[in-house]
Amino acid sequence: MQIKTVFAGFGGQGVLMMGYSLAHAAMNEGLHVTYLPSYGAEVRGGTANCTVAVSDEEIASPVASQPDFIVAMNGPSLMAFQTRIAPGGAFFLNSSIVEGRPNRADVTVFEIPAAGIASELGSPRVQNVVMMGAYVKATRLVSADTYLKSLKSILGGRKKAAMDVNRKAFSAGYDSID
Amino acid sequence: MKKVFARPTSLKDTPFHYCAGCGHSITHRLICDAVDQLGIRGITIGVPPAGCAVLAYNYFDFDMLEAPHGRGCAVATGIKRTLPDRVVFSYQGDGDLAAIGTAETFHAANRGENITVIFINNAVYGMTGGQMAPTTLLGMTSTTSPPGRSAPLDGHPIRMSEILARLDGTAYIERCAVNSPQNILRAGRAIRKAFQYQMDGAGFTLIEVLSQCPTNWKMTAAESCRWVDEVMAKTFPVGVIKDIGKGEKHAD
Amino acid sequence: MDKILISGNWACGEAAIRAGCRFYAGYPITPQNELTEYMAEHMRQAENGTFIQAESEIAAVNMVLGASAAGARAMTSSSSPGISLKQEGISALAADELPAVIVNMMRGGPGLGNILPSQGDYYQATRGGGHGDYRTIVLAPASVQELADLTMEAFDLADAYRNPVMILGDGMTGQMMEPVVFGKPRPRRYSEKYVLKGCGAGKSRFVRGLILDALRMEEHNWKLVRKYNVIAQKEVRFETFRTDNAKLVIIAYGIAARIAKGAINRLRDSGYRVGLIRPITLWPFPAQILRDTAERIGNFLVFEMSTGQMLDDVKLALDGRARVSFYGRPGGVVPTPAELAKAIVQEYQR
Ligand SMILES: Cc1ncc(C[n+]2csc(CCOP(=O)(O)OP(=O)(O)O)c2C)c(N)n1
Ligand code: SF4
Repeated sequence: MQIKTVFAGFGGQGVLMMGYSLAHAAMNEGLHVTYLPSYGAEVRGGTANCTVAVSDEEIASPVASQPDFIVAMNGPSLMAFQTRIAPGGAFFLNSSIVEGRPNRADVTVFEIPAAGIASELGSPRVQNVVMMGAYVKATRLVSADTYLKSLKSILGGRKKAAMDVNRKAFSAGYDSID
Repeated sequence: MKKVFARPTSLKDTPFHYCAGCGHSITHRLICDAVDQLGIRGITIGVPPAGCAVLAYNYFDFDMLEAPHGRGCAVATGIKRTLPDRVVFSYQGDGDLAAIGTAETFHAANRGENITVIFINNAVYGMTGGQMAPTTLLGMTSTTSPPGRSAPLDGHPIRMSEILARLDGTAYIERCAVNSPQNILRAGRAIRKAFQYQMDGAGFTLIEVLSQCPTNWKMTAAESCRWVDEVMAKTFPVGVIKDIGKGEKHAD
Repeated sequence: MDKILISGNWACGEAAIRAGCRFYAGYPITPQNELTEYMAEHMRQAENGTFIQAESEIAAVNMVLGASAAGARAMTSSSSPGISLKQEGISALAADELPAVIVNMMRGGPGLGNILPSQGDYYQATRGGGHGDYRTIVLAPASVQELADLTMEAFDLADAYRNPVMILGDGMTGQMMEPVVFGKPRPRRYSEKYVLKGCGAGKSRFVRGLILDALRMEEHNWKLVRKYNVIAQKEVRFETFRTDNAKLVIIAYGIAARIAKGAINRLRDSGYRVGLIRPITLWPFPAQILRDTAERIGNFLVFEMSTGQMLDDVKLALDGRARVSFYGRPGGVVPTPAELAKAIVQEYQR
């Protein structure tokens, strides 16, 4: 098993954190993992993405030719990656923001109104964690339990209230898909 | 109706890549105003730095030659000595001018090179992500002075303008700010005057600009404007630091 | 020992501190800023640790020269344009026979170039880089774990041969995160007799590279060569990957080798018999394994994120024994394994 996921969106949507938290959880499940952020000019330009490879054996290339999963937090990310996604792969769309839909018939599409759900929770910033709830449920790459434990250790010293809202966001995302 | 405000002709119609509230954009405009007012667009050659202004040639609509990090004054010297009747200026950040490029700056000033330097002092390394600059204030945090700049370990903020003013080769040095309409007008006049001095063959001129970097100061644009007056100008007081008076007729 | 998820730049800094590095001087440049920033935060917390943000790369490497002569395990880091500036100091370190570790997280060049991962500094790293007859040991990690391990080892090699050692990574090695288990550093073995600390009541010494007398300068050069010959004999490191029964062998180092592995796995799945030789030391270059492999396999493809620099060393090593072709992506382009696989298939079918 070797799964590569690209997380993409505007800077400020917590895209790098999504990848980082997945990588962390995968490591804690004893899997091999690489996390590759975009950096520099791209970040300043307002878009960000990262690639996470998760595997049960040594990971050859951290670069993805054809990502299995794309998590698109905004419209441009869908456009940028719809030609590259692997046949049979899956798109996770932040459907409160992304208007378009992939032009590919050979991929699964999960629509998660992550930004909307996060606003309802009173914390627009946790839209990324809402998305991760859906992602973790659909991909089963890591267990929800491991993911939340990793999230907790990443948030570290921050207030308990912060973890509570993140936990809620995760559950809401998790329950948003079948 | 009379048009009182327009984009200077020597400023390209391209959106700036600078962060909102950044002092670079304002200063770019002031340079272009000065170039237009003096009618020197066709004979001006600018030297952009390595720094947030590395892409300045996307905005300035006159000739530009990129310099390696810190070497602006040396590159400008080469241009000016070859083409003495052109107006040559180097545009440099504080890391560029006062750290890696100290020697080039100091010696160009000491030779009295007939060039103008626009020196953007934002107290940090902007482009590389907010590291400590030679101008970082004591106690100010940065990514390489996480507990705050400490004099015994990191040294003191350098007042380059005051230091260069002591060299015999320098003709006119002024420290300005671009954080209020009044200061912006004043900075514009200073830049124009520096170019005029150069055209009169007066020697080395330098305009230091206290320039907001809301991104790395982690402030809003409005907060950063206030911070320039309330904090930064305490270490870097604005005003004329040296003026040999050569171009009295141009003084404001 | 705990596994932690950490970026290459941070892992390199942490490994250096664990290996007893107590002097770091650097200057900001992307894509290695996180290493300088890591040192700013952690070096001053280490016992007797010194961190200095120098006014330039030239100053930084010369601070390292001073610290090394005074007995500290010392390191500096930068990326391509800054490494060019350090060459004067690296030449001086080699001439003075002083240990030091220099990290280069390469980016696209020449000139200011860009800040993306690239491998255009191979010549500069492996040919000495600065002026004069000298060599630096060059280590090329392909993963964050290997970067951490090689950083620790770099200090031991630098001490053992009293010579500068360069770690040649790239923007991607520095930025990517992987799980790392930090190894146990070996205790330092470096004779006090080389440390300049004031002669006290004893005989005074000097450390220098200036030798005006031609014959004595010549002898110094040959002495260095004898040392380099020992290094070339004892310190060659490489990895082979799926070369058994291969018909074509890729030669790639660093992150390019990771991409090559991805391409090879794909191609092997579709029946192509391809493998990889990955030099870990770029100098000394693993020439012998190439020659040995050429006894069985007649087709080599060099892949670099440059216009072809290591290519020269491969050709020199093989000296006409096999067919050598090249696939290069300079300027900060990181090809995908699929793109590389396409290039491999073309050569494979010849
Ligand atoms: C030799 C060399 N070292 C380092 C760099 C990386 N670098 C690019 S811009 C810069 C400094 C930016 O700071 P500053 O001069 O203060 O300008 P600002 O970005 O704040 O406007 C540095 C260190 C480089 N390009 N070349
Ligand atoms: S980082 Fe600072 S100096 Fe650079 S563009 Fe943004 S505000 Fe301006």
